[in-house]
Amino acid sequence: MSETVVTATHLSRFYESGGGLFSKPQTVRALSEASFSIEAGKTLAVVGESGCGKSTLARLVTMIEEPTSGTLNIGGQEVTPDKWASLRDSVQIVFQDPYGSLNLRQRIGQILEEPLKINRPEMSAKERREKASEMMRLVGMRPEHYDRYPHMFSGGQRQRIAVARALMLEPKLLVLDEPVSALDLSIQSQILNLLLDLQERMHLAYLFISHDLSVVRHVADDVVVMYLGRPVETGPKEEVFSAPRHPYTKALLSATPKADPRNRSTRIKLEGELPSPMAIPEGCPFAPRCWKTQDRCRAERPELTGEPHPAACFFPEN
Amino acid sequence: MSLLRIRNLSVDFATAGGAFRAVDKVDVDVAEGELMAIVGESGSGKSVSMLAAMGLLPWTATVTADEMSFDGTDLRRISGRQRRKLIGKEMSMIFQEPMSSLNPCFTVGFQIKEALRQHLDMDRKERHRRAVELLEMVGLPAPEKRLASFPHQLSGGMNQRVMIAMAIACKPRLLIADEPTTALDVTIQAQILDLLTDLQKETGMGLILITHDMGVVAETAERVCVHYAGQKVEDQKVEDLFTTPHHPYSAALLAALPERATERRLPTIPGVVPGQFDRPQGCLFSPRCKYANETCHKVEPPVQPDDLGRARCHYPLYSPLEKPAEEAHA
Repeated sequence: MSETVVTATHLSRFYESGGGLFSKPQTVRALSEASFSIEAGKTLAVVGESGCGKSTLARLVTMIEEPTSGTLNIGGQEVTPDKWASLRDSVQIVFQDPYGSLNLRQRIGQILEEPLKINRPEMSAKERREKASEMMRLVGMRPEHYDRYPHMFSGGQRQRIAVARALMLEPKLLVLDEPVSALDLSIQSQILNLLLDLQERMHLAYLFISHDLSVVRHVADDVVVMYLGRPVETGPKEEVFSAPRHPYTKALLSATPKADPRNRSTRIKLEGELPSPMAIPEGCPFAPRCWKTQDRCRAERPELTGEPHPAACFFPEN
Repeated sequence: MSLLRIRNLSVDFATAGGAFRAVDKVDVDVAEGELMAIVGESGSGKSVSMLAAMGLLPWTATVTADEMSFDGTDLRRISGRQRRKLIGKEMSMIFQEPMSSLNPCFTVGFQIKEALRQHLDMDRKERHRRAVELLEMVGLPAPEKRLASFPHQLSGGMNQRVMIAMAIACKPRLLIADEPTTALDVTIQAQILDLLTDLQKETGMGLILITHDMGVVAETAERVCVHYAGQKVEDQKVEDLFTTPHHPYSAALLAALPERATERRLPTIPGVVPGQFDRPQGCLFSPRCKYANETCHKVEPPVQPDDLGRARCHYPLYSPLEKPAEEAHA
């Protein structure tokens, strides 16, 4: 019954870096062959460490950048740069840092009305104002906040404003790029509740990007784990968290500190650090840090396959 | 006997809008070989109280304390020269942002050796050997080569290891780690936390871990102090804090953790941390506390005894005498 809002097939984005007069530019494989789909009212979480391509994925889905290869399908339409302008209505984004993402010189009302001014030119000023006030009520701000400036608000309230702005055009998909990682714990739960409420009420699809597994575990329906630009495991949240198949997922889960001092488990210690995205190892990208590596891992790249949910590993756990 | 002993520490900052109290009547006790965590949200004064102990606050800050001593030395009265002999050697600190705390103009080798040159009587060769040894201790591969690297050539995790190497260069007896893993990825965070706890066990130094992450506290610390709006509101053993928090703020903070959630909607703490101009009269947490009554709004709460987690609260939770609070909590 649910409609699929967005489908990505083998989405990739490469950047060229460096390169002078005599040296060849290097290719940075920021994102390679990511495939997923999100249904209305569902949340897909993308987790991984810095440099794994989470934010590149967000930039592609929000049509800020064009993919190098692969296709993106939003609301049943194939996305090409000439359709960007018309499709951007249905995909909006909330950024990580609520201090950097709001214009300090605009009042809250202006911030909220700007998307309407640009995209709904036929709307009258009165209608716009009504709509902005309605949205402010929805995200839990008071009407008197309409004429205030962003510096008068705390981090949590600014994030509410950022969410409100993203929802002004009634998008189908909201991309949340680390929406709570800049917030304190007591504020984080308020914003998470707000996001869950709005999702229920407006039947929104969320692409939730985060590095915090305890938050992901709480909000997600499905999870994609990324490593060095590639999805290494994907599946329903319960399965991925309770029975991870890729060793990296397992290590990530065990490295996340658990708020339970009576149950201090031994962490899986990963050797070394993320390789540079300019020199991604051949074969399995995780092989240099993995404890199960065999010759085959260094030679061939594993495909994302298998049951019950796909993982890119030759020797999966579970 | 405590290594660092602080009684009734307050720090006021002179701002354009008047005095702002960042730390309010805080007591700290750390013994040798102890691992204590200070946990709190941003603006709770956890970093400032430790910077005050180190004497690293700017001139706009006024520090007052009844007692502030490190191993018997009164930190309030020592001269600048004496202080410089003490900090970096006997007590040292790891700062939050490794990228901005290291000097970009010098190699990491120079910066590590600088600490050795200042404090220890070593010749050039010995310093070099010690620097290599330190980088090996913190687990940097190819230490000889790394000594010649500049901070921008290393990753965040590697820079944080360099910071740790610098801090432990002179075998300090007290190490203060201010959010040592906040800027790092979880797999690197796990490495750094293991490194710190291993070093602490090996050398028997006191370790103060400042963090906002309850998970990090649960996995590493022995004792934990919860700070709120500049005050220490609770001081307990880690296991006890997570099972029987006595201050309503600690309880609410733990309940707000997504991993402790029992339903889809998380319990929240209404409102925000009081700022400079809206500091409430009585208990600082009273405007957000669900158990608060008239007394809480008017009268400053006392500090409860040790078995009630030294909670700064009129009606501590899980109290053997106070039944109503416990029922209300259940």
